[in-house]
Amino acid sequence: MEQQDQQVTAKLQVPQTTTAPVTPETEANKVFDAKNLSIYYGSFRAVTDVSLSIYQNEITAFIGPSGCGKTTVLRTLNRMNDLIPSARVDGDVHYRGASLYHKDVSPTAVRRRIGMVFQKPNPFPKSIYENVAYGPRINGLRKKGHLDEIVERSLRQAALWDEVKDRLNKSGLGLSGGQAQRLCIARTLAVEPDVVLMDEPCSALDPIATGRIEDLMHEIKSQYTIVIVTHNMQQATRVSDRTAFFSVLRNEKPGASDTRTGVLVEYGATQQIFEDPHDSRTQAYVTGRIG
Amino acid sequence: MAIASEQQTVDLREPSGWRRTKNQIATVGMWIAFVVMLVPLGFVLVTVIGKGASAITWQFLTNSNIPINVLPVNYGGVGPAVIGTLEITGFAALMAIPLGVLGGVYINEYGGNHVLARIINFFADVMTGVPSIIMGLFIYTIWVLHFGYSGLAGAFALGCLMLPIVIRSTYEMLRLVPDSLREASYALGATKARVTVTVVLPAALGGIVSGALLAVARAAGETAPLIFTILTTQSLNSNLFSGANTALSTLIFQNATQPYTGAQARAWGSALTLIAIAFILMIVARLVTARFARYDH
Repeated sequence: MEQQDQQVTAKLQVPQTTTAPVTPETEANKVFDAKNLSIYYGSFRAVTDVSLSIYQNEITAFIGPSGCGKTTVLRTLNRMNDLIPSARVDGDVHYRGASLYHKDVSPTAVRRRIGMVFQKPNPFPKSIYENVAYGPRINGLRKKGHLDEIVERSLRQAALWDEVKDRLNKSGLGLSGGQAQRLCIARTLAVEPDVVLMDEPCSALDPIATGRIEDLMHEIKSQYTIVIVTHNMQQATRVSDRTAFFSVLRNEKPGASDTRTGVLVEYGATQQIFEDPHDSRTQAYVTGRIG
Repeated sequence: MAIASEQQTVDLREPSGWRRTKNQIATVGMWIAFVVMLVPLGFVLVTVIGKGASAITWQFLTNSNIPINVLPVNYGGVGPAVIGTLEITGFAALMAIPLGVLGGVYINEYGGNHVLARIINFFADVMTGVPSIIMGLFIYTIWVLHFGYSGLAGAFALGCLMLPIVIRSTYEMLRLVPDSLREASYALGATKARVTVTVVLPAALGGIVSGALLAVARAAGETAPLIFTILTTQSLNSNLFSGANTALSTLIFQNATQPYTGAQARAWGSALTLIAIAFILMIVARLVTARFARYDH
C-alpha cells in the first residue's frame, strides 16, 4: 500500500471549485482512522488491508473500477455491513477515537451519528414531511413545532424546500429521481449526523440533478464530514478534497481460493491524485486508459 | 424533398406468421380462461341471490329464535346464527391474526436461517394442508371433551385454520418489501424493532390485510370444524364461553339437507347473509387499508 502518498502539504490547493486547502492532518481533525481493514463475505475476501484516515469537514471521494470494494469500505464506516449476515471485518476502524467494531458498540448509536445516502433514491412510502421527520421521531422527538422546524431546515439544506413546501403531505414516492434523492439527503440531515456517507448518490440522476447535489455537498460541508463513492471521476475532481483510489488485485497463483480482492492503491489530496499520481495504476485509471 | 421521396418507408407492423399466430392463440386462451373462471362465480352469485333474497327481512336477520324445520321461512329468524358467526369468527380472528402476523414477522425479519424459523415455516406449510374437519376433531379431543361445547371451542378450531394462512401471507408480503427501505431506516439509527414497526409493516400492510381477510372469509364459511365444537342451538346464546352455539355455516348445512321448503329457504337466506357479511368485511378492510396506503404511489 502506498502509505507515503498520504503526505499532503498544507500549501497544496484543492482543484477547481474549492479553494480551501485540505484540512491539516491533526489527530483532532481525524474522523475515521481505518487500520489494516479486511472485509470478508463468507470466505470471499472483498477488500484487503485498507488503511486510511478521513478528516473533518472535508469531502473524501472513493474512486475505482467496479468490484474494487469502495462501497464495501464505505458501508464498514457506519456498520451497514452488519446487515449482511455473511459479512465479517478484520482490523479496526476508529471513529473519533472510539473503535467502531468493539463488542460494546451499538450499531444503532453509530448510525445515528454516521448517516448514509444510497445509490438509488429510497424514500419511504410516507409523505414528504414524514420522510424527513422519521429520523427525529425515532430518536424520540415528539413536539410538532420542533419537528416542523427540523423538516423545514433539512429540506432547505437539501435545496428542496421551495419545490415541495406546498405539498409536504403528498407521497415521497411521487417525486422525480433528483428530488427523491434530495429528499433522502434531507432525511439524513434531519438527524444532524456528524458524517454523511454517500454511495454513488448521483448515478441514477441526470447532469442537472447531479449538479444540484454537488452544489449541496459544497454548501453543507462546513457542518458535516462527507465520504462519497463515485464512478464519475469528474465528480470526484469537482467535489472532493481528498481521493482514495481502489483497485482490484488479482491473485494469479494457480489454485488460489480468493482470486481477486479490492485494495487501496493510493490516497491523497484530490489534485495530487489526478495531476500527479504516484502509482502507475492510479495514473492509468485517472487518465482513462483502464477502468 | 428529393431525398425524402427517395427514402423507403420502414415496415413496423407485427411480422406475420407463427409469431402472430402464437400471440392470437395466447390471447384467445386468456379470454377463455377468464370466462370459464367468471361463469361459475356468476352462477353462484345469481343462484344464491335468486333463491335467498326473498327470505331476507329484518326479522329473518335478527329474530332470536330459529324455528323448527317444518315451519315456513317467515316464522322466526336466524339471529342466533348471525351472532354466532360474528362472535366465533371474530374471536378466532382476534387470536389468529396477531399471532400469525407476529409469526410471519419472526420468520422473515428475525429468524433468518435459524432452525426455529425454519420449523415454524415448515409447520405453517403443513398446517395449511390439514383438512378442516381434522382441526375440529383436534379441538374436540383436547378441549370439548374436557370443557364441553362452546363458541370458544369453535373459535379455537377456526383460529387453528386461520393461523397458517395468516403466517404464510404475512411472510410472503414482508419478503416483497425492498431491502432498500430497511437500509434507509437503519442508516438513520433505527433499531430492528423500529425498522419493522415503522417501515416494514406499514409497507406490507395492504397485503397483510388481504391475507388476513382471506383467512377470515375462509373460516367464516367453514362448517366441519364447528359441528364438532359448537354443536347447535335454536335460541340465541350470546355467551361465547359456554354452552352450545350455532353459526350460519352449520345452519345452512342442517337446513339444506331437510325436505321442507321452509328449511331450504332458510338455508338459502343464510347463504346470502354469509356472503354479504364477507363482502361487507372486505369493503371495510379495503377502505381502512386505503387510508394507510395513501402514500404508496
